[in-house]
Amino acid sequence: MSENEKFLLKLYITGHTPRSERAIKNLRRICAQDLDGRYEMRVIDILEQPQLAEDEKILATPTLIKVLPPPLRRIIGDLTDTEKVLLGLDLLPMELKL
Amino acid sequence: MSKENSKIPVEKLGTGIEGFDLISQGGLPKGRTTLITGTAGSAKTVFAAQFLAEGIRKSNEPGVFVTFEEHPAEIRKNLLSMSWHIQEWEEQNLWRFVDASPQPGHETIESGEFDLGALLARIEYAVRSIGAKRISIDSLGAVFTLFNNATLVRAELRRLSAALKGMGVTAVMTAERTQEFGEIARFGVEEFVADNVIILRNVLEAEKRRRTIEILKFRGTTHQKGEYPFTVLPDQGIIIIPLSAIELKQRSSGMRVPSGSPEMDRMCGGGFFRDSLILVSGATGCGKTLMTAEFIHGGAKKGEKCLLFAYEESREQLLRNANGWGIDFEALERNNQLRVVCAYPESAGLEDHLISIKQEIDSFKPDRVAVDSVSAMERVGTNRGFREFMISLASFVKHREIPGLFTATTATLMGGPSVTESHFSSITDTIILLRYVEMLGEMRRGVTVLKMRGSMHEKEIREFTIDHQGMHIGKPFRNIVGILTGKPEYLNVESMDRISGMFQD
Repeated sequence: MSENEKFLLKLYITGHTPRSERAIKNLRRICAQDLDGRYEMRVIDILEQPQLAEDEKILATPTLIKVLPPPLRRIIGDLTDTEKVLLGLDLLPMELKL
Repeated sequence: MSKENSKIPVEKLGTGIEGFDLISQGGLPKGRTTLITGTAGSAKTVFAAQFLAEGIRKSNEPGVFVTFEEHPAEIRKNLLSMSWHIQEWEEQNLWRFVDASPQPGHETIESGEFDLGALLARIEYAVRSIGAKRISIDSLGAVFTLFNNATLVRAELRRLSAALKGMGVTAVMTAERTQEFGEIARFGVEEFVADNVIILRNVLEAEKRRRTIEILKFRGTTHQKGEYPFTVLPDQGIIIIPLSAIELKQRSSGMRVPSGSPEMDRMCGGGFFRDSLILVSGATGCGKTLMTAEFIHGGAKKGEKCLLFAYEESREQLLRNANGWGIDFEALERNNQLRVVCAYPESAGLEDHLISIKQEIDSFKPDRVAVDSVSAMERVGTNRGFREFMISLASFVKHREIPGLFTATTATLMGGPSVTESHFSSITDTIILLRYVEMLGEMRRGVTVLKMRGSMHEKEIREFTIDHQGMHIGKPFRNIVGILTGKPEYLNVESMDRISGMFQD
């Protein structure tokens, strides 16, 4: 992965619940720490746009989808486990993966 | 809403699944969730899909299908064999999928807390967007395999169940079980999901598969208890045979119809009753098919439409034999007065035979029906299955208020009861016995009317002969006893006199 590759991240939430807010906050923190401006983050509220959830076949919320760079990855949860998130975003070196 | 519910008894929603509304006394509890459990291959998905399909076809009620297992494309394709054109219904906004099936390449990483809010939102969206009245969720067990946390899934399913109630839809959820008899479903889902539980079984019994449906509980409302056999047919889906739910409510009339043989009519006191069941029992070759042919012929002569199910002979054999007795079946068929249905008993299960008999009767609308022989069906199913088949067949024919003649082959040449008789005799109105009688080194044939409900009938055993004009019933055997037990004995003139003297002073 080259250094200037841009990340497109979509975070699906169902309403602005404490859990949703926690996920947004966690994602912002991780992006700020590890992606340093090389990202675009969209928050999609399924209650407002249910069809988008249908199209993406999302079951659990919050769900984070890493659209770019490939491969596509899905991370569910409020993203409190930073290591898992980094793993999902392919930001961890191979040997650390579970 | 809860205030209303406490006053109004549980309403039911007719499912449209044949037989189900009878055994459930009106359908599924309306606005509630019913759990359908069964082992693999017990037709849970078919039930779930048919619940929606019948809603669309019979009452134009839109439905939502939530799938956790199969991909919608597969379901569309599989159910096309039932002639359910799901794609068309989707285009007409009558059917909507919520696809929660495993997606290739969607392996997810869990990081922290989550819930199934997205799924709930999607289901609610689907229900609202087409105004769904019915929803099917297939299957709950698969949800547990999607996530590591079973406790969470359980809590979320409970939330889903509550949400469905709020949407006012009638729901069906399926769940797997690992054994036919044992815990209701895996993961204990029944405890928190549904007030109503239905079990589908597919039991191997004496090398034969037998499908049954049992309503285990309907909270706050009534239903028929016990297992009912059902079958899954292409083009139709699940058809339940509502055995004991069948009501004995047919009317009874004193109208007589000719048996086809004037002598037999005399023996029966003027012919068979129009709405009666006649059982003709006899050993192989002693004239059962002939009596059947006479019965058909007698109806045809009066201008009636006759339907004949033949399970022992091929069509050609049957036509040839009838010709030998001077009855032209082919001509009757050309006149649309007769329809001959030949089938090999082993060609299908008992339930399937029963349904095809019903469908033939419904489509041909005969004035009389004959089955030659019902005992051939003994081979196909289990003892219990056969008994259910007979009862169901009998009550169906009775409901049409047409005479039905069934033949049964006895196991031994010289008489004795058959299995068919023991299952069937109490529901038949008339029993005619055909027996071989050994006389001076010669096999003769005897016929007697053993029972005839609601009518006087002859008690004698008469001899009959068969020639190219059919059956001729002659004089009674006067000096022979023990024909029915298969051990005929002659009485000489002296003992005859002695016996008659015994009853005189």
